[in-house]
Amino acid sequence: MSPLQSVPLWLAIPVAFFVVLGSTLTLIGALGFARLQSFYDRLHAPTLATSWGTGGVMIASALMFSFIEGRAIVHEFAIGFCIVLTTPITLMMLGRAALERDRAEGSDALPLDMRTRPQRPDDPPAQD
Amino acid sequence: MIRLFPHPVLSLCLIFLWLMLTRFSLGYLILGTALSLVAGWAYSALHSAKPRIRRWQTIPRLAATLVLDIIRSNAAITRLLLTEGRNGRTSAFIQIPLQITSPNALAVLAIILTATPGTAWVEYGTDTGILTLHIFDASEADHYHRIVGQTYEPMLMEIFE
Repeated sequence: MSPLQSVPLWLAIPVAFFVVLGSTLTLIGALGFARLQSFYDRLHAPTLATSWGTGGVMIASALMFSFIEGRAIVHEFAIGFCIVLTTPITLMMLGRAALERDRAEGSDALPLDMRTRPQRPDDPPAQD
Repeated sequence: MIRLFPHPVLSLCLIFLWLMLTRFSLGYLILGTALSLVAGWAYSALHSAKPRIRRWQTIPRLAATLVLDIIRSNAAITRLLLTEGRNGRTSAFIQIPLQITSPNALAVLAIILTATPGTAWVEYGTDTGILTLHIFDASEADHYHRIVGQTYEPMLMEIFE
């Protein structure tokens, strides 16, 4: 009997639920990424995959292998932890780069009040 | 002691991570401890400002709020993406004045906002303290003003400042 066949139904149901949930969210995120038009909108779609998309697959994998190996397996959470800590860096860099480019070009993608850097209201105009 | 363990929390987390990725044994514990010590020194050479956590008690409340918020916004964004083109959604930039200035608190806020689908951190001016977010659903602008200004910011202030 393979290890997979020994998994009882009460465990198989939550594992299946989380795998399907995680992969569906990742798929929807990818579809959104392909279909959305503006760059800034596209920043949002992959966050579905990096939050519950990863989370669902991670929980399912931890449940399944903890049962099969007979000890708590939590490696997956290290992956999740690293994803949560590192995505903001990439997304902020991309967002910032797009913003500065659009500002330099005076692009229509930005509302009027976003085309210059926000200034402190009580400050004298910048000297440089 | 401080020179040996410049970042005790970081070193402990690394040892824990190391033991999590390997099987627990005395050899791995010693190896992991040695590695985390070196990592702590390297980190303190790069980053002299040590994060000061004033109130640990608020962290579980922050984590619980975040998990609920992630679930809620995952559902909302999934719905919007699936009905894209038919729901009249527009996205918007919003500007939120922040009171927190500590780099660690800002870093945690950036992680929170990125982990929550629907908000993307675009810009923060250290001179103005204004955070610019791009939100996926412009009709939720008030909700995000409220959640950043009244939920996350006070908690982060309690923890870090």
